[in-house]
Amino acid sequence: MTTLAPQQEAAAAPDADTAGTDALVVTGVSHSFGEKQVLNDVSLAVPRGAFTVLLGLNGAGKSTLFALITRLYDNVSGEIRILGHDVRRKPTAALQRLGVVFQSRTLDSDLTLHQNLIYHAALHGIRKAEARKRAAEALEVVGLADRANEKVRNLSGGQARRVEIARSLLHRPGLLLLDEATVGLDIGSRESVISIVRDLVSREHLGVLWATHLIDEIKPSDRVVVLHKGRVLYTGSVPGLLEKAGQATVSDAFRSMTGTSANQEAA
Amino acid sequence: MNMEAPLIPAESDAPRRHGLGAYMACFRGIVWREVLRFLYQRERFFSALVRPLVWLFIFAAGFRQVLGVSIIPPYTTYVLYETFITPGLIGMILLFNAMQSSLSMVYDRETGAMRTLLVAPFPRSFLLLSKLIGGVAVACLQAYTFLAIAYFWDIQPPWMGYLTVFPALVLSGLMLGALALLMSSLIRQLENFAGVMNFVIFPMFFASSALYPLWRIREGSPLLYEIARFNPFTHAVELIRFALYGQVGARIDPTMNPVEPGISLDGVLIPLQSGELLDLTHVTVVILCTVLFLAAAVFAYNPSKGLIARRGGPGGGANAV
Repeated sequence: MTTLAPQQEAAAAPDADTAGTDALVVTGVSHSFGEKQVLNDVSLAVPRGAFTVLLGLNGAGKSTLFALITRLYDNVSGEIRILGHDVRRKPTAALQRLGVVFQSRTLDSDLTLHQNLIYHAALHGIRKAEARKRAAEALEVVGLADRANEKVRNLSGGQARRVEIARSLLHRPGLLLLDEATVGLDIGSRESVISIVRDLVSREHLGVLWATHLIDEIKPSDRVVVLHKGRVLYTGSVPGLLEKAGQATVSDAFRSMTGTSANQEAA
Repeated sequence: MNMEAPLIPAESDAPRRHGLGAYMACFRGIVWREVLRFLYQRERFFSALVRPLVWLFIFAAGFRQVLGVSIIPPYTTYVLYETFITPGLIGMILLFNAMQSSLSMVYDRETGAMRTLLVAPFPRSFLLLSKLIGGVAVACLQAYTFLAIAYFWDIQPPWMGYLTVFPALVLSGLMLGALALLMSSLIRQLENFAGVMNFVIFPMFFASSALYPLWRIREGSPLLYEIARFNPFTHAVELIRFALYGQVGARIDPTMNPVEPGISLDGVLIPLQSGELLDLTHVTVVILCTVLFLAAAVFAYNPSKGLIARRGGPGGGANAV
């Protein structure tokens, strides 16, 4: 802590290194646990303002990739950059720009929505008064402003997910990761969660990496990364995917590429 | 709603340096959450209190006739067995609390709350230490509630003792918490916690000076005595015992045989002006163990070198494949 650059100053000066860069760039990342290779030379990019779907079956290596991007453990090969910051070398700068919604529930059910959000703001070093303001703002975004003082226990699964999205926005990230965010939700909740995230992409210009094994969550305008058995089989637009596979639908394309059907292995 | 205009003010991509204020906000937030969660979970509060109270009201009452306790420091008169085991039961509160927060970390790991903590943009050691201190704060709340109830059961240490026991509680709590944190990085699944109970909590508790003075153990089993002497929990309990009576350690008159054989390792002795020796073994052992366990735990959670990286836990990676 030798150079304490004030926050405003840093915000005012556009950073030459990071302006215009992609929200997430993964280059040549391999990872193995003991003998088992889980990721094999994975490269992908998530541009800002783009909804990028990470499509893969359970066990394709999505969880490991997420663990590496969130720096649960370090990547030993390749490079992961969040808004230009190397996750391994500059973890603080990288994690400051990252918002995550984990697959498992991460809210304290005995605490209120507001308390949960305040806790998360604190994890990012945001002080109480500012945290209150941002919590209200984030709950507004996900349409739960009127339930701030209710306990999370009283929420439905879809509402809890929306709170988790609100929470991931508190520190105003540039990249949002969502790991199977719609697992276990009914159709209505799924749609509302997806539309909230899509709004964030178009309105807030966030880069979103949406991991899923559900093909019907993909829109033609999305970018797609197909991950299978630790390898990236395709990365690019949806029409490009169809063309490459020579198929009419995404699920046919996925099947012909991987030799399996995506939806059959629902969690 | 205007769909075009951003609702959330944009933030610069440039790294922000965390000042002291940000660290404080983070620390406060983590401790606050631990305490808040504890207060809201009333069943947890009561079950945490009932356990030592059962030992105090029932076990101690039944045993007081069986087990005679002679005058050993810090006590200056014969004390009832209830009085003797009170510091041991406080140690038990700290031990269970530490292991429970380790349990919650394993459980959190499965629900992702641990992931939420570890993804925060602060040094991991700082986050883990904050979490640890949050657990200690909860344990201290429990210990003082227990002492307040015990007061009406005629366990009445000097008033100053309630103050001087505080640093001992914090230190012992940190030591046990760091041990539990280390263990949480080793346990893969929740079910293994039953094993922790059998293989860590019970041996640590019973092979210590919590329930009986060590010289008593020596009469029964010299081997167990040696084990108990080197058990860090013994030193935590003795530290609490002495602190509760406003002392940091036993005063030993060097001209006489040791007042009571075998409480400490007889390691760190400070000569006093009165000619007595002050035994600082307990506080020294507890501090050293805290540092050791904490360093090991931080290493285990290190993203590139630690056990987490090697084994792919928690909650993602190898076990998800």
